[in-house]
Amino acid sequence: MTAPAGSLLTARDLRKAYGPTLALDGACFSVHPGEVVAVMGPSGSGKSTLLHCLAGIVPPDSGSISYAGREMTGMSDSERSALRRGEFGFVFQFGQLVPELTCVENVALPLRLNGTSRRAAERAALGWMERLEVAGLAAKRPGEVSGGQGQRVAVARALVTGPRVLFADEPTGALDSLNGERVMELLTEAARSTHAAVVLVTHEARVAAYSDREIVVRDGRSRDMEHVA
Amino acid sequence: MSIGHTLLGLLESGPRHGYDLKRAFDEKFGHDRPLHYGQVYSTMSRLLKNGLVEVDAVEAGDGPERKRYAITDAGVTDVARWLATPEKPEEYLQSTLYTKVVLALLTRRDAADILDVQRSAHLRSMRALTERKRTGDLADQLICDHALFHLEADLRWLELTAARLDRLRAEVAR
Repeated sequence: MTAPAGSLLTARDLRKAYGPTLALDGACFSVHPGEVVAVMGPSGSGKSTLLHCLAGIVPPDSGSISYAGREMTGMSDSERSALRRGEFGFVFQFGQLVPELTCVENVALPLRLNGTSRRAAERAALGWMERLEVAGLAAKRPGEVSGGQGQRVAVARALVTGPRVLFADEPTGALDSLNGERVMELLTEAARSTHAAVVLVTHEARVAAYSDREIVVRDGRSRDMEHVA
Repeated sequence: MSIGHTLLGLLESGPRHGYDLKRAFDEKFGHDRPLHYGQVYSTMSRLLKNGLVEVDAVEAGDGPERKRYAITDAGVTDVARWLATPEKPEEYLQSTLYTKVVLALLTRRDAADILDVQRSAHLRSMRALTERKRTGDLADQLICDHALFHLEADLRWLELTAARLDRLRAEVAR
């Protein structure tokens, strides 16, 4: 089977078990550049495992994942790690910022790890912080900013390397409605303007409403709702 | 929404012609569903009959006479009472969905499929509202938020029902 035309990241028939528990049982997925796809489903349905497999964090037991025409399941750990650093960005619900670093140092961190000079990395970081409306927090440490501000800093950090795929796992789960919505607005605007694909795991309908389409995961199986009624 | 009470409320700021009332209504409340002229005139004649408005002036022109309406004291009281009375929470959607789910289980159809398709339809509406909110002014945002929260409540019920389908299946089979 070939990947859907133009898709950037495609997974087929993924299976993954943790001991006796089958987390994925034939899940499929695809996302195009610039597209925001929500992955929905009840707790324990396998949606986070699907995200971890797609992002190369966890290898599936079987099935195939292809990114930009390259098969990921055959890659070594270091190849997958390079892919994650260079091509993917991540936003999680909690605890992503390094508390000892200032906000701008946090945002610049992925570039510094890739060998960019401090000055160039922080210049790029400030640019992203301006877009996420948190440039004024550059010199503060994560402990000195609010949850909503910290999450915007985390989004800036996820986007600073110019990822082609942004993985967001319950990115607004710890925020109130207004902050959550602003984070989603800024995140989707930034991703669309850079033509990045977004894989958005959420159980909240209001967050999923920022996506272009949704897939539903239940009992480790996925259902693409694009062509349904 | 009570069109009568809304038109009455619009008259509280001063007398207006039927056409002005329609325009004011459409501008403030009729985003997706503008009023028909017929609705305005039939509503005004009902309000007139009930003593909630009166004709304050009549202008003769080339066409039919143009009546200008003013709210009466009874009308003001009526608007105040309407505003002070809470709305009955709408329950019909859940009950329709509940009927569909139970019928699906009774007839051995895929009830989870009905819920998935409904979720998808709800999300489509929520996407449209979210987009309108993003590009609209504060009034748009507040109106869309209200609709979004209602749709979200339906979806919460839907997810809970999806999680309880096995139990419901066992119960309807008894």
